[in-house]
Amino acid sequence: MIRSGFYLKGLLSVRSVDSPAIALGCSFLAIGALLKNIGFNFQQSVSSTFFTYALPGQLVMAESFLVGASLVNIFIAVWLVNARLFPMAVSMFPLLKSKKQPKWKYYISCHFLAVSSWLIMKKDYRTINENYRIDFWMGIGTATWSIAIFSTILGYFVSDYLSKDMMIGLAIVNPVYFFCMLLGSMKNIAIGTSVILGTILGPVFYLISPEWCILYGGVTAGIIAFFVGEIND
Amino acid sequence: MTDFSSNIILVIAVTSIATYLSRSLGVLFSERIDENSKIFRLFDCIAYSTLAALISKVVVFPAGDLGEANNLIRLIVVFVCVGVFFIAKRNLVYPTVLSAILLTTLIKFV
Repeated sequence: MIRSGFYLKGLLSVRSVDSPAIALGCSFLAIGALLKNIGFNFQQSVSSTFFTYALPGQLVMAESFLVGASLVNIFIAVWLVNARLFPMAVSMFPLLKSKKQPKWKYYISCHFLAVSSWLIMKKDYRTINENYRIDFWMGIGTATWSIAIFSTILGYFVSDYLSKDMMIGLAIVNPVYFFCMLLGSMKNIAIGTSVILGTILGPVFYLISPEWCILYGGVTAGIIAFFVGEIND
Repeated sequence: MTDFSSNIILVIAVTSIATYLSRSLGVLFSERIDENSKIFRLFDCIAYSTLAALISKVVVFPAGDLGEANNLIRLIVVFVCVGVFFIAKRNLVYPTVLSAILLTTLIKFV
């Protein structure tokens, strides 16, 4: 089934000083408070993080729900904003492939795919025996997912005590943390170009198409960066 | 169960399915991809650039609470924190903690 040694190693990888636990916790704390403020009860707020576990998608869901959008509209909006998970999965799961492992592990554990867990896995996968990377990944995923659920619960209960300024302060933690983490992962010219161009083109494409800017900006920057990398190889 | 509650449950279900779709299709597609192939490198670039696009969009054109902070203040906070990240030899804790304190302080006093 699951190799407990590798699973535990993954689980404990979020304990390090520079782990994403703080950024992840702050973000989901804010989501818990937001969901309570728009009328979700405790079970519904926790279920949202438990079953979705994707911050931008949950934000879009909350905003769409507030304005009374239809279920079809919510589905399309969430699918679009979370479409980034597709290239993230394609660029990570080939690293975890092993003929010794059953497929169900991959389809269950893909629920744990998020920026935090993805960046940890991309940083650490080389240190793990390739036959057990999926177990290590499940450990990382369980840890980050649990932090998100716990923080949503905390946010739900402390929302009455958080001032508006504190909520705004918490909201910047996530982008700053992940931007620094991305800058830290610029190990070659292709990835470096991807990060720099993506940073520029995301807001530029927002001026053309606010709904599609992340996909347009990301895909355009990624394709250019790929060719830059190939030419320089 | 009230209409409001059943609506929320449906909304959560729809959101979860839309999110799982991207994740599971990614796994399905990746079954045929070798980690040393060009297509893998292309998707690697797209994944990094999409994340960068998402983060910069959140900072420059935010939705929710962050949108209530002045644009210039948000950018100052991000630039200062990135500077601290490099000065602190790529330590992630200092810029992360500083970002919340700096933004809360700046919106209060500027």
